[in-house]
Amino acid sequence: MSEKLRVRKPGVFTTIQDLGRPNAIMAGVPPGGAMDRFAHRAANLLAGNDEGAATLECTLNGPELIAMESCLIAITGADFDPRVNGDPVPMWEGIFLHQGDEVTFAGRRSGARAYIAVGGGIAGDRWLGSMSTYMLAARGGMHGRQLMARDVISTAGPPSGPAISGRKLTRNLLPDYSNHQLQAIAGPHIRRLGAAGRKELFGSTFKVSKDADRMGYRLEGSGIDASGDELLSFGLAAGAIQVPRSGQPILLMADHQTAGGYPVVATVAGAAMPVAAQLLPGDRLSFTEVTIEAALRMRTAQRAALDSLVN
Amino acid sequence: MPAPPSTPKVRTHPLGDSALLAELGTRLDTALNTRAIALAAALKKRRDVRQAVAGYASVTVHFDPDQTNYEALTTAIKRLASKRPPMAEPGRLHRIPVTYDGPDMEAVAAQLRLTPKQIVAIHTRPIYRVFLVGFVPGWAYLGPLPEELELPRRHVPRTQVPAGSVAIAGRQTGIYPLPSPGGWHLIGRTPVKLFLPDSDPPCLFRAGDRVKFFAQ
Repeated sequence: MSEKLRVRKPGVFTTIQDLGRPNAIMAGVPPGGAMDRFAHRAANLLAGNDEGAATLECTLNGPELIAMESCLIAITGADFDPRVNGDPVPMWEGIFLHQGDEVTFAGRRSGARAYIAVGGGIAGDRWLGSMSTYMLAARGGMHGRQLMARDVISTAGPPSGPAISGRKLTRNLLPDYSNHQLQAIAGPHIRRLGAAGRKELFGSTFKVSKDADRMGYRLEGSGIDASGDELLSFGLAAGAIQVPRSGQPILLMADHQTAGGYPVVATVAGAAMPVAAQLLPGDRLSFTEVTIEAALRMRTAQRAALDSLVN
Repeated sequence: MPAPPSTPKVRTHPLGDSALLAELGTRLDTALNTRAIALAAALKKRRDVRQAVAGYASVTVHFDPDQTNYEALTTAIKRLASKRPPMAEPGRLHRIPVTYDGPDMEAVAAQLRLTPKQIVAIHTRPIYRVFLVGFVPGWAYLGPLPEELELPRRHVPRTQVPAGSVAIAGRQTGIYPLPSPGGWHLIGRTPVKLFLPDSDPPCLFRAGDRVKFFAQ
Protein backbone atom coordinates (compact mmCIF):
# COMPACT_ATOMS: atom_id res chain seq x y z
CA MET A 1 0.00 0.00 0.00
CA SER A 2 1.33 3.39 -0.84
CA GLU A 3 -0.36 6.73 -0.21
CA LYS A 4 -0.80 8.66 -3.46
CA LEU A 5 -3.45 11.37 -3.21
CA ARG A 6 -4.90 13.44 -0.40
CA VAL A 7 -8.53 14.53 -0.75
CA ARG A 8 -8.84 18.29 -0.21
CA LYS A 9 -12.51 18.40 -1.30
CA PRO A 10 -14.47 15.22 -1.95
CA GLY A 11 -16.93 16.47 -4.61
CA VAL A 12 -20.69 16.01 -4.43
CA PHE A 13 -20.63 12.22 -4.48
CA THR A 14 -17.36 10.41 -5.11
CA THR A 15 -17.06 6.68 -4.40
CA ILE A 16 -14.56 3.90 -5.01
CA GLN A 17 -15.90 1.42 -7.60
CA ASP A 18 -14.59 -1.57 -9.53
CA LEU A 19 -16.46 -4.08 -11.69
CA GLY A 20 -18.76 -5.11 -8.86
CA ARG A 21 -19.73 -8.31 -7.08
CA PRO A 22 -21.79 -10.38 -9.54
CA ASN A 23 -21.98 -13.38 -7.20
CA ALA A 24 -23.58 -11.43 -4.35
CA ILE A 25 -26.93 -11.33 -6.17
CA MET A 26 -27.61 -14.75 -4.59
CA ALA A 27 -28.00 -12.91 -1.27
CA GLY A 28 -30.02 -10.03 -2.70
CA VAL A 29 -26.96 -7.76 -2.75
CA PRO A 30 -26.80 -5.65 -5.94
CA PRO A 31 -23.95 -6.41 -8.34
CA GLY A 32 -22.84 -2.77 -8.07
CA GLY A 33 -19.61 -1.49 -9.59
CA ALA A 34 -18.85 1.39 -11.93
CA MET A 35 -21.93 2.75 -13.71
CA ASP A 36 -19.96 3.56 -16.91
CA ARG A 37 -17.79 0.47 -17.31
CA PHE A 38 -16.26 1.65 -20.57
CA ALA A 39 -14.92 4.81 -18.93
CA HIS A 40 -13.87 2.83 -15.83
CA ARG A 41 -11.99 0.22 -17.85
CA ALA A 42 -10.40 2.82 -20.12
CA ALA A 43 -9.20 4.87 -17.13
CA ASN A 44 -7.51 1.81 -15.67
CA LEU A 45 -5.86 0.75 -18.92
CA LEU A 46 -4.60 4.32 -19.50
CA ALA A 47 -3.06 4.27 -16.02
CA GLY A 48 -1.43 0.90 -16.68
CA ASN A 49 -3.77 -1.10 -14.46
CA ASP A 50 -5.80 -4.23 -14.89
CA GLU A 51 -9.18 -2.99 -16.15
CA GLY A 52 -10.91 -4.37 -13.07
CA ALA A 53 -8.88 -2.29 -10.59
CA ALA A 54 -10.79 0.21 -8.46
CA THR A 55 -11.26 3.81 -9.64
CA LEU A 56 -12.97 6.89 -8.25
CA GLU A 57 -16.46 7.42 -9.64
CA CYS A 58 -17.13 11.16 -9.38
CA THR A 59 -20.76 12.22 -9.75
CA LEU A 60 -21.79 15.71 -10.97
CA ASN A 61 -18.43 17.27 -10.18
CA GLY A 62 -14.92 16.23 -9.35
CA PRO A 63 -12.90 16.15 -6.14
CA GLU A 64 -9.83 18.22 -5.34
CA LEU A 65 -6.82 15.98 -4.92
CA ILE A 66 -3.19 16.63 -4.02
CA ALA A 67 -0.45 14.23 -5.10
CA MET A 68 1.45 12.97 -2.05
CA GLU A 69 4.02 11.41 -4.35
CA SER A 70 4.47 11.19 -8.11
CA CYS A 71 1.97 8.96 -9.86
CA LEU A 72 0.22 8.32 -13.14
CA ILE A 73 -3.51 9.01 -13.31
CA ALA A 74 -6.15 8.99 -16.04
CA ILE A 75 -9.49 10.81 -16.16
CA THR A 76 -12.35 9.51 -18.32
CA GLY A 77 -16.14 9.62 -18.57
CA ALA A 78 -18.03 12.86 -17.93
CA ASP A 79 -16.22 16.10 -18.80
CA PHE A 80 -15.89 18.17 -15.64
CA ASP A 81 -13.06 20.28 -17.11
CA PRO A 82 -10.11 18.66 -15.30
CA ARG A 83 -7.09 20.78 -14.32
CA VAL A 84 -3.66 20.13 -12.89
CA ASN A 85 -2.29 23.13 -10.96
CA GLY A 86 -5.02 25.18 -12.66
CA ASP A 87 -4.09 24.27 -16.23
CA PRO A 88 -6.51 22.24 -18.37
CA VAL A 89 -5.41 18.63 -18.88
CA PRO A 90 -6.66 16.16 -21.47
CA MET A 91 -9.10 13.40 -20.66
CA TRP A 92 -8.81 9.83 -21.96
CA GLU A 93 -5.00 9.81 -21.63
CA GLY A 94 -2.42 9.21 -18.95
CA ILE A 95 -1.36 12.23 -16.86
CA PHE A 96 1.86 12.14 -14.85
CA LEU A 97 1.58 13.93 -11.50
CA HIS A 98 4.54 15.18 -9.44
CA GLN A 99 4.45 15.38 -5.69
CA GLY A 100 2.38 18.42 -4.66
CA ASP A 101 0.45 18.68 -7.94
CA GLU A 102 -3.19 19.65 -7.49
CA VAL A 103 -5.97 17.99 -9.46
CA THR A 104 -9.16 20.06 -9.66
CA PHE A 105 -12.23 20.27 -11.87
CA ALA A 106 -13.50 23.62 -13.12
CA GLY A 107 -17.08 22.52 -13.69
CA ARG A 108 -19.37 20.14 -15.49
CA ARG A 109 -19.46 20.47 -19.26
CA SER A 110 -21.17 17.19 -20.13
CA GLY A 111 -22.10 13.84 -18.64
CA ALA A 112 -22.81 12.69 -15.09
CA ARG A 113 -19.88 10.55 -13.93
CA ALA A 114 -16.14 10.95 -14.35
CA TYR A 115 -13.64 8.23 -13.47
CA ILE A 116 -10.16 8.70 -12.05
CA ALA A 117 -7.72 5.78 -12.13
CA VAL A 118 -4.36 5.83 -10.37
CA GLY A 119 -1.40 3.73 -11.53
CA GLY A 120 -1.17 0.73 -9.21
CA GLY A 121 -4.94 0.59 -8.73
CA ILE A 122 -6.83 2.31 -5.91
CA ALA A 123 -6.95 0.34 -2.67
CA GLY A 124 -10.16 -0.02 -0.70
CA ASP A 125 -12.11 -2.31 1.61
CA ARG A 126 -12.98 -5.54 -0.16
CA TRP A 127 -16.47 -6.90 0.51
CA LEU A 128 -17.91 -10.05 -1.09
CA GLY A 129 -15.14 -10.07 -3.66
CA SER A 130 -15.27 -6.41 -4.69
CA MET A 131 -14.01 -3.01 -3.57
CA SER A 132 -17.14 -1.29 -4.90
CA THR A 133 -18.79 1.01 -2.39
CA TYR A 134 -22.28 -0.11 -1.36
CA MET A 135 -23.61 2.62 0.88
CA LEU A 136 -26.83 0.85 1.96
CA ALA A 137 -24.75 -1.80 3.73
CA ALA A 138 -21.87 0.61 4.48
CA ARG A 139 -19.37 -1.82 2.98
CA GLY A 140 -16.65 -1.72 0.34
CA GLY A 141 -14.37 1.03 -0.98
CA MET A 142 -13.65 3.85 1.44
CA HIS A 143 -15.18 2.14 4.51
CA GLY A 144 -18.54 1.85 2.77
CA ARG A 145 -19.02 5.59 2.33
CA GLN A 146 -18.41 8.38 -0.16
CA LEU A 147 -15.09 10.26 -0.02
CA MET A 148 -14.61 12.93 2.63
CA ALA A 149 -12.09 15.75 2.96
CA ARG A 150 -8.73 14.54 4.32
CA ASP A 151 -9.22 10.96 3.07
CA VAL A 152 -6.06 9.46 1.59
CA ILE A 153 -6.20 7.49 -1.65
CA SER A 154 -3.69 4.64 -1.59
CA THR A 155 -2.74 2.23 -4.30
CA ALA A 156 -2.62 -1.51 -3.96
CA GLY A 157 -0.10 -2.57 -6.58
CA PRO A 158 3.27 -1.43 -7.95
CA PRO A 159 3.22 1.87 -9.90
CA SER A 160 3.00 1.70 -13.69
CA GLY A 161 6.21 1.93 -15.69
CA PRO A 162 7.05 5.07 -17.69
CA ALA A 163 6.18 3.30 -20.96
CA ILE A 164 2.51 3.49 -20.03
CA SER A 165 2.29 7.27 -19.85
CA GLY A 166 1.93 7.73 -23.61
CA ARG A 167 -1.34 5.82 -23.75
CA LYS A 168 -4.24 7.72 -25.23
CA LEU A 169 -7.72 6.85 -26.43
CA THR A 170 -8.73 8.75 -29.55
CA ARG A 171 -12.19 10.33 -29.57
CA ASN A 172 -13.50 8.25 -32.46
CA LEU A 173 -13.09 5.11 -30.34
CA LEU A 174 -15.32 6.41 -27.53
CA PRO A 175 -19.00 5.60 -27.17
CA ASP A 176 -21.11 8.42 -28.65
CA TYR A 177 -22.05 9.99 -25.34
CA SER A 178 -23.98 12.83 -26.99
CA ASN A 179 -26.41 10.43 -28.68
CA HIS A 180 -29.04 9.48 -26.10
CA GLN A 181 -30.67 6.80 -28.23
CA LEU A 182 -30.15 3.65 -26.19
CA GLN A 183 -30.14 0.38 -28.08
CA ALA A 184 -32.38 -2.15 -26.32
CA ILE A 185 -33.42 -5.75 -26.82
CA ALA A 186 -37.10 -6.74 -26.47
CA GLY A 187 -37.64 -8.33 -23.06
CA PRO A 188 -39.68 -11.12 -21.44
CA HIS A 189 -42.94 -9.16 -21.19
CA ILE A 190 -42.84 -7.17 -24.45
CA ARG A 191 -46.02 -8.93 -25.63
CA ARG A 192 -48.01 -7.12 -22.93
CA LEU A 193 -47.58 -3.87 -24.83
CA GLY A 194 -49.37 -4.45 -28.11
CA ALA A 195 -48.51 -2.48 -31.22
CA ALA A 196 -49.26 0.95 -29.77
CA GLY A 197 -47.33 0.33 -26.56
CA ARG A 198 -44.39 -1.05 -28.48
CA LYS A 199 -44.35 2.08 -30.62
CA GLU A 200 -44.48 4.18 -27.47
CA LEU A 201 -41.52 2.29 -25.96
CA PHE A 202 -39.33 2.31 -29.07
CA GLY A 203 -40.56 5.51 -30.68
CA SER A 204 -41.13 8.14 -28.03
CA THR A 205 -38.83 10.30 -25.95
CA PHE A 206 -38.49 9.86 -22.20
CA LYS A 207 -37.14 12.26 -19.62
CA VAL A 208 -34.94 11.15 -16.72
CA SER A 209 -36.86 12.16 -13.56
CA LYS A 210 -35.25 13.50 -10.40
CA ASP A 211 -35.53 9.94 -9.06
CA ALA A 212 -32.30 8.81 -10.68
CA ASP A 213 -29.37 7.29 -8.83
CA ARG A 214 -27.05 4.28 -8.86
CA MET A 215 -30.05 1.96 -8.30
CA GLY A 216 -31.97 3.10 -11.34
CA TYR A 217 -33.69 5.92 -13.18
CA ARG A 218 -37.39 6.56 -13.08
CA LEU A 219 -38.33 7.83 -16.53
CA GLU A 220 -41.16 10.15 -17.50
CA GLY A 221 -43.10 9.62 -20.69
CA SER A 222 -46.67 9.59 -21.89
CA GLY A 223 -47.21 6.25 -20.18
CA ILE A 224 -46.91 2.61 -21.20
CA ASP A 225 -49.58 0.08 -20.34
CA ALA A 226 -47.92 -3.23 -19.48
CA SER A 227 -50.74 -4.42 -17.21
CA GLY A 228 -51.69 -8.04 -16.96
CA ASP A 229 -51.61 -10.83 -14.42
CA GLU A 230 -49.41 -10.29 -11.35
CA LEU A 231 -45.99 -11.75 -12.02
CA LEU A 232 -44.02 -13.97 -9.69
CA SER A 233 -40.76 -12.27 -8.72
CA PHE A 234 -37.76 -13.19 -10.83
CA GLY A 235 -34.06 -12.28 -11.05
CA LEU A 236 -33.24 -8.98 -12.76
CA ALA A 237 -30.27 -7.57 -14.67
CA ALA A 238 -28.78 -4.10 -15.08
CA GLY A 239 -30.30 -2.38 -18.11
CA ALA A 240 -33.72 -3.96 -17.61
CA ILE A 241 -36.62 -1.59 -18.31
CA GLN A 242 -39.40 -2.30 -15.81
CA VAL A 243 -42.90 -0.94 -16.26
CA PRO A 244 -44.86 -0.62 -13.00
CA ARG A 245 -48.58 0.11 -12.92
CA SER A 246 -47.97 3.85 -13.18
CA GLY A 247 -46.77 3.27 -16.76
CA GLN A 248 -43.60 5.29 -16.12
CA PRO A 249 -40.64 2.97 -16.86
CA ILE A 250 -37.70 2.34 -14.55
CA LEU A 251 -34.26 1.69 -16.05
CA LEU A 252 -32.22 -0.50 -13.70
CA MET A 253 -28.62 0.59 -13.11
CA ALA A 254 -25.61 -0.88 -11.25
CA ASP A 255 -27.07 -0.99 -7.71
CA HIS A 256 -30.43 -2.35 -8.91
CA GLN A 257 -32.70 -4.54 -6.82
CA THR A 258 -31.81 -8.15 -7.62
CA ALA A 259 -35.37 -9.45 -8.03
CA GLY A 260 -38.77 -7.97 -8.73
CA GLY A 261 -42.18 -8.65 -10.16
CA TYR A 262 -42.78 -5.74 -12.52
CA PRO A 263 -42.94 -6.57 -16.24
CA VAL A 264 -39.60 -6.15 -18.04
CA VAL A 265 -40.39 -4.95 -21.56
CA ALA A 266 -36.82 -4.53 -22.83
CA THR A 267 -33.21 -4.48 -21.67
CA VAL A 268 -30.63 -1.90 -22.72
CA ALA A 269 -27.66 -3.41 -24.56
CA GLY A 270 -24.56 -3.73 -22.38
CA ALA A 271 -22.62 -1.51 -24.78
CA ALA A 272 -25.24 1.26 -24.44
CA MET A 273 -25.07 1.30 -20.64
CA PRO A 274 -22.07 3.68 -20.58
CA VAL A 275 -24.24 6.29 -22.34
CA ALA A 276 -27.09 5.61 -19.89
CA ALA A 277 -24.64 6.01 -16.99
CA GLN A 278 -23.88 9.57 -18.14
CA LEU A 279 -27.51 10.77 -18.04
CA LEU A 280 -28.83 13.18 -15.42
CA PRO A 281 -32.32 14.19 -14.27
CA GLY A 282 -33.90 16.29 -17.02
CA ASP A 283 -31.95 14.59 -19.83
CA ARG A 284 -34.00 13.11 -22.64
CA LEU A 285 -33.49 9.65 -24.06
CA SER A 286 -35.14 7.14 -26.35
CA PHE A 287 -34.90 3.42 -26.91
CA THR A 288 -34.09 1.85 -30.27
CA GLU A 289 -34.93 -1.83 -30.70
CA VAL A 290 -31.96 -3.93 -31.78
CA THR A 291 -31.30 -7.64 -32.11
CA ILE A 292 -28.99 -9.48 -29.70
CA GLU A 293 -26.52 -9.82 -32.59
CA ALA A 294 -26.45 -6.05 -33.17
CA ALA A 295 -25.95 -5.46 -29.43
CA LEU A 296 -23.04 -7.90 -29.38
CA ARG A 297 -21.44 -6.20 -32.40
CA MET A 298 -21.45 -2.94 -30.42
CA ARG A 299 -19.90 -4.81 -27.52
CA THR A 300 -17.16 -6.21 -29.79
CA ALA A 301 -16.38 -2.73 -31.11
CA GLN A 302 -16.05 -1.35 -27.56
CA ARG A 303 -13.85 -4.27 -26.60
CA ALA A 304 -11.59 -3.56 -29.59
CA ALA A 305 -11.31 0.10 -28.56
CA LEU A 306 -10.18 -0.93 -25.08
CA ASP A 307 -7.83 -3.59 -26.45
CA SER A 308 -6.19 -0.95 -28.65
CA LEU A 309 -4.85 0.60 -25.43
CA VAL A 310 -3.01 -2.53 -24.42
CA ASN A 311 -1.64 -3.77 -27.74
CA MET B 1 -36.73 -41.79 -22.95
CA PRO B 2 -39.68 -39.38 -23.05
CA ALA B 3 -39.76 -36.72 -20.40
CA PRO B 4 -42.02 -37.45 -17.43
CA PRO B 5 -45.48 -35.87 -17.80
CA SER B 6 -44.82 -33.44 -14.98
CA THR B 7 -41.98 -31.81 -16.93
CA PRO B 8 -42.72 -28.11 -17.18
CA LYS B 9 -42.40 -26.39 -20.53
CA VAL B 10 -39.49 -23.98 -20.40
CA ARG B 11 -39.77 -20.66 -22.17
CA THR B 12 -36.72 -18.48 -22.50
CA HIS B 13 -36.60 -14.73 -23.12
CA PRO B 14 -33.58 -12.49 -23.64
CA LEU B 15 -32.73 -10.21 -20.72
CA GLY B 16 -30.30 -8.08 -22.71
CA ASP B 17 -27.30 -9.46 -24.60
CA SER B 18 -25.69 -11.42 -21.79
CA ALA B 19 -28.56 -12.70 -19.66
CA LEU B 20 -31.80 -14.59 -20.19
CA LEU B 21 -34.91 -15.50 -18.23
CA ALA B 22 -36.00 -19.14 -18.32
CA GLU B 23 -39.60 -19.49 -17.15
CA LEU B 24 -40.78 -22.86 -15.87
CA GLY B 25 -44.30 -21.71 -15.05
CA THR B 26 -46.42 -18.89 -13.72
CA ARG B 27 -47.84 -20.42 -10.53
CA LEU B 28 -46.64 -20.06 -6.95
CA ASP B 29 -45.82 -23.72 -6.55
CA THR B 30 -43.28 -25.54 -4.40
CA ALA B 31 -42.57 -28.20 -7.06
CA LEU B 32 -41.86 -25.54 -9.72
CA ASN B 33 -39.60 -23.68 -7.30
CA THR B 34 -37.71 -26.89 -6.50
CA ARG B 35 -37.15 -27.40 -10.22
CA ALA B 36 -36.02 -23.80 -10.64
CA ILE B 37 -33.48 -24.14 -7.83
CA ALA B 38 -32.18 -27.44 -9.29
CA LEU B 39 -31.93 -25.91 -12.78
CA ALA B 40 -30.05 -22.89 -11.42
CA ALA B 41 -27.62 -25.20 -9.59
CA ALA B 42 -27.02 -27.25 -12.77
CA LEU B 43 -26.48 -24.14 -14.88
CA LYS B 44 -24.04 -22.63 -12.40
CA LYS B 45 -21.67 -25.54 -13.06
CA ARG B 46 -21.26 -24.51 -16.70
CA ARG B 47 -18.18 -22.50 -17.57
CA ASP B 48 -20.09 -20.22 -19.92
CA VAL B 49 -22.56 -19.28 -17.15
CA ARG B 50 -21.48 -16.51 -14.80
CA GLN B 51 -24.41 -16.75 -12.42
CA ALA B 52 -27.83 -18.41 -12.32
CA VAL B 53 -30.47 -17.22 -9.85
CA ALA B 54 -33.73 -19.04 -9.21
CA GLY B 55 -36.93 -17.00 -9.02
CA TYR B 56 -40.28 -18.40 -7.85
CA ALA B 57 -40.72 -20.44 -11.03
CA SER B 58 -37.87 -19.21 -13.23
CA VAL B 59 -34.11 -18.94 -13.53
CA THR B 60 -32.26 -15.79 -14.52
CA VAL B 61 -29.02 -16.78 -16.22
CA HIS B 62 -26.12 -14.36 -16.63
CA PHE B 63 -23.74 -15.70 -19.25
CA ASP B 64 -20.48 -14.86 -20.97
CA PRO B 65 -21.36 -13.86 -24.54
CA ASP B 66 -17.80 -14.65 -25.61
CA GLN B 67 -18.36 -18.30 -24.72
CA THR B 68 -21.99 -18.97 -25.58
CA ASN B 69 -25.12 -17.33 -26.95
CA TYR B 70 -28.83 -17.11 -26.26
CA GLU B 71 -29.80 -19.94 -28.64
CA ALA B 72 -27.15 -22.39 -27.42
CA LEU B 73 -28.06 -21.79 -23.79
CA THR B 74 -31.77 -22.11 -24.52
CA THR B 75 -31.11 -25.54 -26.03
CA ALA B 76 -29.02 -26.54 -23.02
CA ILE B 77 -31.68 -25.28 -20.59
CA LYS B 78 -34.45 -27.25 -22.33
CA ARG B 79 -32.32 -30.37 -22.13
CA LEU B 80 -31.51 -29.84 -18.45
CA ALA B 81 -35.12 -29.02 -17.57
CA SER B 82 -36.43 -32.19 -19.21
CA LYS B 83 -34.36 -34.32 -16.84
CA ARG B 84 -35.97 -35.37 -13.60
CA PRO B 85 -34.42 -33.08 -11.01
CA PRO B 86 -32.31 -34.74 -8.34
CA MET B 87 -34.20 -35.45 -5.13
CA ALA B 88 -34.26 -32.08 -3.42
CA GLU B 89 -32.60 -32.09 -0.05
CA PRO B 90 -34.84 -30.61 2.60
CA GLY B 91 -33.59 -27.08 3.20
CA ARG B 92 -32.31 -26.02 6.59
CA LEU B 93 -35.06 -25.25 9.11
CA HIS B 94 -34.97 -21.85 10.81
CA ARG B 95 -37.13 -21.21 13.88
CA ILE B 96 -37.88 -17.50 14.10
CA PRO B 97 -39.26 -15.87 17.28
CA VAL B 98 -41.82 -13.15 16.60
CA THR B 99 -43.49 -10.57 18.82
CA TYR B 100 -46.84 -10.15 17.12
CA ASP B 101 -47.45 -6.47 17.87
CA GLY B 102 -46.98 -4.96 14.41
CA PRO B 103 -48.56 -1.58 13.64
CA ASP B 104 -50.93 -3.17 11.09
CA MET B 105 -52.14 -6.02 13.33
CA GLU B 106 -55.44 -4.36 14.29
CA ALA B 107 -56.20 -3.24 10.71
CA VAL B 108 -55.34 -6.67 9.32
CA ALA B 109 -57.55 -8.33 11.93
CA ALA B 110 -60.44 -6.04 11.06
CA GLN B 111 -60.05 -6.59 7.32
CA LEU B 112 -59.84 -10.37 7.69
CA ARG B 113 -62.55 -10.54 10.37
CA LEU B 114 -60.21 -12.42 12.64
CA THR B 115 -58.81 -11.69 16.08
CA PRO B 116 -55.09 -10.91 16.46
CA LYS B 117 -54.84 -14.17 18.39
CA GLN B 118 -56.27 -16.11 15.44
CA ILE B 119 -53.87 -14.35 13.09
CA VAL B 120 -50.94 -15.43 15.25
CA ALA B 121 -52.24 -19.01 15.31
CA ILE B 122 -52.62 -19.10 11.52
CA HIS B 123 -49.29 -17.35 10.78
CA THR B 124 -47.29 -19.69 13.05
CA ARG B 125 -48.98 -22.86 11.72
CA PRO B 126 -47.13 -23.64 8.44
CA ILE B 127 -43.50 -24.39 7.74
CA TYR B 128 -42.84 -21.79 5.04
CA ARG B 129 -40.51 -22.29 2.14
CA VAL B 130 -37.85 -19.75 1.11
CA PHE B 131 -38.88 -19.36 -2.55
CA LEU B 132 -36.16 -16.86 -3.37
CA VAL B 133 -33.69 -14.48 -1.82
CA GLY B 134 -33.48 -11.13 -3.51
CA PHE B 135 -34.93 -7.67 -4.01
CA VAL B 136 -32.83 -6.08 -1.24
CA PRO B 137 -29.93 -7.64 0.71
CA GLY B 138 -31.16 -10.53 2.83
CA TRP B 139 -34.83 -10.29 1.81
CA ALA B 140 -36.47 -13.70 1.39
CA TYR B 141 -39.87 -14.36 -0.17
CA LEU B 142 -41.56 -16.96 2.11
CA GLY B 143 -44.74 -18.86 1.40
CA PRO B 144 -47.27 -20.00 0.72
CA LEU B 145 -49.17 -17.98 3.30
CA PRO B 146 -52.47 -19.64 4.35
CA GLU B 147 -55.41 -18.33 2.30
CA GLU B 148 -57.12 -17.07 5.47
CA LEU B 149 -54.45 -14.34 5.70
CA GLU B 150 -54.43 -13.30 2.05
CA LEU B 151 -54.65 -9.53 1.59
CA PRO B 152 -53.55 -7.20 -1.23
CA ARG B 153 -50.64 -4.89 -0.50
CA ARG B 154 -51.26 -1.62 1.32
CA HIS B 155 -52.62 1.11 -0.97
CA VAL B 156 -49.97 3.53 0.20
CA PRO B 157 -46.58 1.93 0.91
CA ARG B 158 -44.73 3.09 4.00
CA THR B 159 -41.66 5.18 3.26
CA GLN B 160 -39.78 3.53 6.13
CA VAL B 161 -40.29 0.05 7.57
CA PRO B 162 -38.01 -0.89 10.49
CA ALA B 163 -35.60 -3.81 10.10
CA GLY B 164 -36.94 -7.01 11.62
CA SER B 165 -40.58 -6.26 10.73
CA VAL B 166 -42.56 -9.43 9.97
CA ALA B 167 -45.00 -8.77 7.16
CA ILE B 168 -47.62 -10.38 4.93
CA ALA B 169 -48.97 -9.65 1.43
CA GLY B 170 -50.85 -11.86 -1.02
CA ARG B 171 -49.85 -15.50 -0.42
CA GLN B 172 -46.44 -14.42 0.90
CA THR B 173 -44.78 -13.50 4.14
CA GLY B 174 -41.35 -12.05 4.86
CA ILE B 175 -39.06 -10.16 7.20
CA TYR B 176 -37.60 -6.75 6.33
CA PRO B 177 -33.82 -7.22 6.67
CA LEU B 178 -32.97 -3.51 6.52
CA PRO B 179 -34.90 -0.32 7.13
CA SER B 180 -36.55 0.28 3.76
CA PRO B 181 -39.77 1.44 2.12
CA GLY B 182 -42.42 -1.26 1.99
CA GLY B 183 -46.01 -1.97 1.06
CA TRP B 184 -46.63 -5.14 3.06
CA HIS B 185 -48.75 -5.37 6.22
CA LEU B 186 -46.62 -5.37 9.37
CA ILE B 187 -47.92 -7.89 11.90
CA GLY B 188 -44.87 -8.42 14.11
CA ARG B 189 -41.16 -8.09 14.67
CA THR B 190 -38.20 -10.39 15.26
CA PRO B 191 -34.75 -9.75 16.68
CA VAL B 192 -33.24 -12.28 14.26
CA LYS B 193 -30.80 -10.66 11.79
CA LEU B 194 -31.39 -11.69 8.18
CA PHE B 195 -28.70 -9.59 6.51
CA LEU B 196 -25.26 -10.56 7.80
CA PRO B 197 -22.84 -8.26 5.99
CA ASP B 198 -19.75 -9.86 7.51
CA SER B 199 -20.71 -13.46 6.68
CA ASP B 200 -20.42 -15.13 3.31
CA PRO B 201 -23.09 -15.56 2.05
CA PRO B 202 -24.25 -12.40 3.81
CA CYS B 203 -27.77 -13.65 4.49
CA LEU B 204 -29.41 -16.09 6.89
CA PHE B 205 -31.86 -17.68 4.46
CA ARG B 206 -31.11 -19.47 1.21
CA ALA B 207 -33.54 -20.49 -1.50
CA GLY B 208 -35.11 -23.84 -0.54
CA ASP B 209 -34.69 -23.33 3.24
CA ARG B 210 -37.69 -23.75 5.56
CA VAL B 211 -38.91 -21.24 8.12
CA LYS B 212 -41.19 -21.72 11.15
CA PHE B 213 -42.36 -18.70 13.12
CA PHE B 214 -43.26 -18.94 16.78
CA ALA B 215 -44.83 -16.34 19.05
CA GLN B 216 -42.68 -15.11 21.88
